[in-house]
Amino acid sequence: MSDKNKTATRCDKATHVCDKAQYKEATIWEKLKLNIHLIFCGTCRDYSKNNACLTSVIEKSKICCLDKACKESMKKQIDQAIKENDL
Amino acid sequence: MSKHTINPNKWVDLYADYLYNYTIARINDKDVAQDLVQDTFLAGLKSMKNFKGEASERTWLISILKRKIIDYYRKINSNKGKAEVRINYSEDSESDGDWLEERVADAFDKTAQDTMENEELGQAIHNCLSKLPKKQAEVFRLKTIEGHETEVICNELNITPSNLWVIIHRARTAMANCLKENWF
Repeated sequence: MSDKNKTATRCDKATHVCDKAQYKEATIWEKLKLNIHLIFCGTCRDYSKNNACLTSVIEKSKICCLDKACKESMKKQIDQAIKENDL
Repeated sequence: MSKHTINPNKWVDLYADYLYNYTIARINDKDVAQDLVQDTFLAGLKSMKNFKGEASERTWLISILKRKIIDYYRKINSNKGKAEVRINYSEDSESDGDWLEERVADAFDKTAQDTMENEELGQAIHNCLSKLPKKQAEVFRLKTIEGHETEVICNELNITPSNLWVIIHRARTAMANCLKENWF
């Protein structure tokens, strides 16, 4: 494997661990390796920064969604209303 | 200019979350907010012929929702006695004699500006989310916003964990870029 390919695989792994870390699913060992990689990889550093930023922004917004059951019941009611009104 | 079309069958998938967030910022009650969103859809159905296609479907639905929210506040305020402001020095005898200063709201309470910013941010996130491919948006929503476990999502959508992480990665990259353009 050429040098270039090796770096690419490393970066792929690093971004994967970085993604997992956003959901607190990365192990300590993985995070340690990621941090070592970040020391010399600027691209991954940028990615990591943006990724963390996205997580904090979403947390800050306190965004919420309706759950699936609720949406299903809404759909049913709309369907029924469509039939009743014969639209 | 092409006219906007209307398609009630897709309303829930496309706008339910957006409308819900809009409502929850104004009425801090989950059940009421859900009901109002539902009412908005039904009212939208009834007045579908009035939809001229000048605004987008979402704008149109929001304008209905705004009326619903105003109506809701009118209704709770028209219950007798609720509209009047009652200032009692104290309702219970226990705190009798306490200083009024001790009853003022928490200084660390959220300011109005924070609330406003959060709401705008929520809308920006929804806008970005609606630009993602459907599958990516769904996985991102389940994982990041609703905070489900990886396993649960994999079972539900019938995908492998590595598949899920690839989708998450693409969605996160797209979301970060989109929010960078529209928010920061």
